Amino acid sequence: MDFLSPATWAEALAAKAANPDALPIAGGTDVMVELNFDRRRPSALLDLTRIGELTEWGTDGDLLRIGSGVTYARIITELAHRLPGLAMAARTVGSPQIRNRGTVGGNLGSASPAGDALPPLLAAGALVELASTRGVRRLPVAEFFTGPKRTVRAPDELIAAFLVPSHRGPHQFAKIGSRNAMVIAVCSFALALRPVTGEVGTGIGSAGPTPLRAAQAERLLADELPWRTAAVLPEAVVGRFGELVAGAAAPIDDIRGTAAYRRHALSVLARRTLRWAWEEYRREGP
Amino acid sequence: MRVSCRVNGEQREADGVWPGESLLYLLRERLGLPGAKNACEQGECGSCTVYLDGLPVCACLVAGGQAQGREVVAVEGLTGPDGGLDRVQHAFLQAGAVQCGFCTPGLIVAVHDLLARVSTPTDADIREALAGNLCRCTGYEKIMDAVRSAAAMPPSTAAACPASRPGGPR
Repeated sequence: MDFLSPATWAEALAAKAANPDALPIAGGTDVMVELNFDRRRPSALLDLTRIGELTEWGTDGDLLRIGSGVTYARIITELAHRLPGLAMAARTVGSPQIRNRGTVGGNLGSASPAGDALPPLLAAGALVELASTRGVRRLPVAEFFTGPKRTVRAPDELIAAFLVPSHRGPHQFAKIGSRNAMVIAVCSFALALRPVTGEVGTGIGSAGPTPLRAAQAERLLADELPWRTAAVLPEAVVGRFGELVAGAAAPIDDIRGTAAYRRHALSVLARRTLRWAWEEYRREGP
Repeated sequence: MRVSCRVNGEQREADGVWPGESLLYLLRERLGLPGAKNACEQGECGSCTVYLDGLPVCACLVAGGQAQGREVVAVEGLTGPDGGLDRVQHAFLQAGAVQCGFCTPGLIVAVHDLLARVSTPTDADIREALAGNLCRCTGYEKIMDAVRSAAAMPPSTAAACPASRPGGPR
C-alpha cells in the first residue's frame, strides 16, 4: 500500500488520475475503520488533509461553497446561521472526537444511506462539485448517489466542495437512534421551508438504498401551507405530509430497525419537524 | 515509510510505518507510549483520545502518515505547572474516578480539552463533551464528580495537591 500525500489540489488531482484505485482519506472516521478491521486494502491512501483550500468556505455568486474538508465541528461553530439544518445534523454526528475529524466531503464520498449530513443537503438543494484533471462539474446532490455506498463519481475524480443556495427560511433535522451520541441513524429526516418562493425541500436518511427526497410531500406543503397568512398549520396537511414522507421511503429490515418501524418513525419525524419549522416561520417570518 | 512528528513536546521519528496503520499503533507500538489505549478501533469508545494539533481526536482513526509534521499530545504529555500531574489527573485520583482504568487516559484528555474551552461546565456540557468516551465499568458518577472538582481547581494550584508533588503517585 502506498501513502500519497499531495500538498496542493493540482497534485491531488494528478495523483488520483495516476492512481484511480487510491482511496481518498480526510478525517479517516470511515476509512480507518475499514482498514483497522481488514475490510479494505486499497492500493494506496490519498491523504487530503494537507490541502488548505479543501478546508475553506465562502460565497460563490448566490451559492455558499464549502470545501469538502470542512469538519462537522466547524460546520457547527462557523456555519450554523447560514446552514441551520446541516448544523443540526452535524451536532448529532458521532462524538466531539469524531466531529473534530469527520468531514461532509467524507460523508458524500462514503455515500452511506445513513450519512447524517446527506438529508439536510438534499433538503437544501445542494450541489456536489467534482474535479479531476479533465475538469470540474457540479451536479445536484439528489443525482449524486446511485446506490448504497455508490455514486456517480468517476475513478479519477475527487470531491472538491458542496454548494448550497442561500435560501432563507426555517430548516429542521431529526434523527432516531438508541442514544443521542455515537449512533448510526435508524432513520432521519430533514426539512427546509423556503417562504420567499413558497418551495419546500426534504431529505430522508437511512430508509432506502440512497438518501431520498419526498417529492410528493414537498409539493403538498408548497401548495397547501398558508404561506401568506402564516396561519395555524391545518391538521389535515400535517397528517398527509407524514403519510407522504413515509410512502417515499424504501426501507429494509436490518440490525438497527425494521422497515415498518422506519416508515412509522419517519411519519412522526416529518410531522414533528413540520410543526417546529412552521412555528419558527410564524414567530420570525420569512 | 518514515513518520516524524512532535509527540508530547519532543520531536520523534518512526521508521517502517505501514501506510494503513493508525496513529494509535504508531504511538503504542513504535514510540513506546502506551497511555492511549487500544479498544474498539472504530472511534466508538474514546479510549485512544489524544490531541492532534490541539484538537482531541481518536488516534485509531488517524492514519499514521497523517501525523507527519503534526503535534500530538497524549495523556503522558499532560502535566501540571510543576511538571507533576495535571489538575484533571489529580481530580480523577481524588474522586476515585478510576476503576479498571482502561478508559481513563482518553477521558483525561477529553476533560482537559473541555476545561480549556469551558471553565465552569454544566453537567449537560460535561455529558456532551464525554459522549464519545465509554467506561464499561459504568463509573460515570465518579467521573462526573472528578470533572466538577477539576473545574473548581485553578490550573495553577495543582502544584499544591499532594498527589502531584514530586514523589507522589504518578
